[in-house]
Amino acid sequence: MFKKLAITAVTALTLSVGGVAASESGGIHDVAFSFEGPFGKFDEDQLQRGLQVYTEVCAACHGLQYVAFRTLADEGGPALPDDQMRAYAAQFDIYDAETDEDLPGKPTDFFPVGGDENAPDLSLMAKKRAGFHGPYGTGLSQLFKGMGGPEYIVAILTSYTGEEKEEAGTTFYENTAFPGGWIAMSPPLAGEDVDFAGGASNELEHEAENVAAFLMWTAEPKMMARQHAGFVAVLLMVLLSVLLYLTNKKIWAPVKGKDFV
Amino acid sequence: MSGIPHDHYEPKSDGEKWLDSRLPIVGLIYNTIMIPTPKNLNWMWIWGIVLAFCLVLQIVTGIILAMHYTPHVDLAFASIEHIMRNVNGGHFIRYVHMNGAALFFFAVYIHIFRGLYYGSYKAPREITWVIGMMIYLAMMATGFLGYVLPWGQMSFWGATVITGLFGAIPFIGDALQTWLLGGPAVDNATLNRFFSLHYLLPFVIAALVALHIWAFHTTGNSNPTGVEVRRGSKEEAEKDTLPFWPYFVIKDLFALAVILTIFFAVVGFMPNYLGHPDNYIEANPLVTPAHIVPEWYYLPFYAILRAFTADVWVVQLVSWVTGGIVDAKFFGVVAMFGAIGVMVAAPWLDTSSTRSGRFRPMFKMWFALLAIDFVVLMWVGARDTEFPHDWISLIGSAYWFAYFLVILPLMGVLEKPTTPPATIEEDFKSHYPDAK
Repeated sequence: MFKKLAITAVTALTLSVGGVAASESGGIHDVAFSFEGPFGKFDEDQLQRGLQVYTEVCAACHGLQYVAFRTLADEGGPALPDDQMRAYAAQFDIYDAETDEDLPGKPTDFFPVGGDENAPDLSLMAKKRAGFHGPYGTGLSQLFKGMGGPEYIVAILTSYTGEEKEEAGTTFYENTAFPGGWIAMSPPLAGEDVDFAGGASNELEHEAENVAAFLMWTAEPKMMARQHAGFVAVLLMVLLSVLLYLTNKKIWAPVKGKDFV
Repeated sequence: MSGIPHDHYEPKSDGEKWLDSRLPIVGLIYNTIMIPTPKNLNWMWIWGIVLAFCLVLQIVTGIILAMHYTPHVDLAFASIEHIMRNVNGGHFIRYVHMNGAALFFFAVYIHIFRGLYYGSYKAPREITWVIGMMIYLAMMATGFLGYVLPWGQMSFWGATVITGLFGAIPFIGDALQTWLLGGPAVDNATLNRFFSLHYLLPFVIAALVALHIWAFHTTGNSNPTGVEVRRGSKEEAEKDTLPFWPYFVIKDLFALAVILTIFFAVVGFMPNYLGHPDNYIEANPLVTPAHIVPEWYYLPFYAILRAFTADVWVVQLVSWVTGGIVDAKFFGVVAMFGAIGVMVAAPWLDTSSTRSGRFRPMFKMWFALLAIDFVVLMWVGARDTEFPHDWISLIGSAYWFAYFLVILPLMGVLEKPTTPPATIEEDFKSHYPDAK
């Protein structure tokens, strides 16, 4: 009886999650990112390429207000060499409250907020959007594919149809991945927008994947540390479970009239 | 402490005697952890320890989080990101706290349904049951208050919707809602008091847990047969029981370790699976999310709240009888709290003289249906209210009330239970024929 109940309760856990789906939006495809799954890792080169796309394209309008420059040098992130990270920070003018003037960015400063107030901050974009939900609010697809935040970003960047319309003085662009189908952001990437060092492909799809991976890192910079801690914790708990299982078996053996081998 | 005859603590050394005559705390601890426990307890009796662990886990991680959190509308969201990015180990502690709440509720639901199936709530354990329900209500309140603190979109709009429930109370609703919020809408005053209360309530829960344990240590544990421990003599009682330490402590710790294995896998590899992406968007009073959905553990009762709309005839009838004072919104609120209220009243609604569901063939089926109903309500609570979801939640809500108010009282009369074993010892021997 209670095994059944436990199963139904577990099902309930999985069931209830997917129901939280926002409006259905089509055309979001699973991308095999390197950081997915329990043993996934961020690809440093990909994050650096994503940073380049962000810097040369996205940063024109968007910001990354929760990300500190120093973290660009972190292990488990883009891992820029220290001097490169400092040079990167210095190209931004950051307001300094003490001197009341704009000074070149220091490692401890944060990325500036976006220049366009209608452009949302991108720090957490990969966590505040879900690409996958369902089926029927069961949450099962998220169990296998993940929440799909980075996939959503890739889909948004690659799903422009080229159609435009004007409403109340604002131009909207048709985008099949965006809820409602019309987005105020003009197509940011067309392919071959940036030149990657080492001649990595700069086709539209690859640029989009690079920047989506980078934004997953900005949203979850401690992901690799967390997975490592989780892995160690699981390992220790398995060990503890085995020891307690044997202890339990041993102390109950005389009561149950069984032999403990 | 317990009414079951057992050995008591005897202070031996002069030091022990000195302390015992002034503060008999060693004896209290001894009697608590050596309590005679029915030896036939199955794996459904491990959830109490899991829950106690959850409470401690939430308090410890919560106190650390509170050291780095800022309860201000302009700073709260950023302070969470500060914890996630800049505080040493902060990301892990926060994910443990977030998912710890989920484990807490998962465990409490199994614990409650165990009580419902095995009739643990029946005399003489009504007080244990009622205190347990008070703990559950305090947990719901604490969980809700805590969910508001990150000041994301779901935090803000969840707070708006839930405090709006109090606004539905006739005559005093609006004033009550303003008083709760500290203003006309969810704002800085609300966030501050929610933080304060979120810190306070776990300690109230801890006190209630102490009473909960005290109560069932007085009556003795229930067990899967529902047959009471024999209390004629110590020798007789010892045939039915074993001391809690070490037999059940080790058993419970083993179960806890297995559960924590899964828990840490969730925290390490999919910490946001149970959350809502919208809560990573900072609260914005000007933008309403497309769907406002509570956390999964509120969904069954949220479904009951939403089930009673103005086009349901019961609602119309009540509204007409009360001259419109009880409208659909207030009816929904009453139904939601009533759904918990009928659970609280279960000891007096269940008329069967057989305690355990194991020996009640009809009850088993209705109970299984209740468990399914709970899951269905949880699912439908997260869906929109379009057809067929409106009908599913209405039927599900109706069954919830029917189970407690009609089926439980009637079954005691209509059902013919099978015969439980005469003693716990007999039950134990039927599972372990070689037992002494």
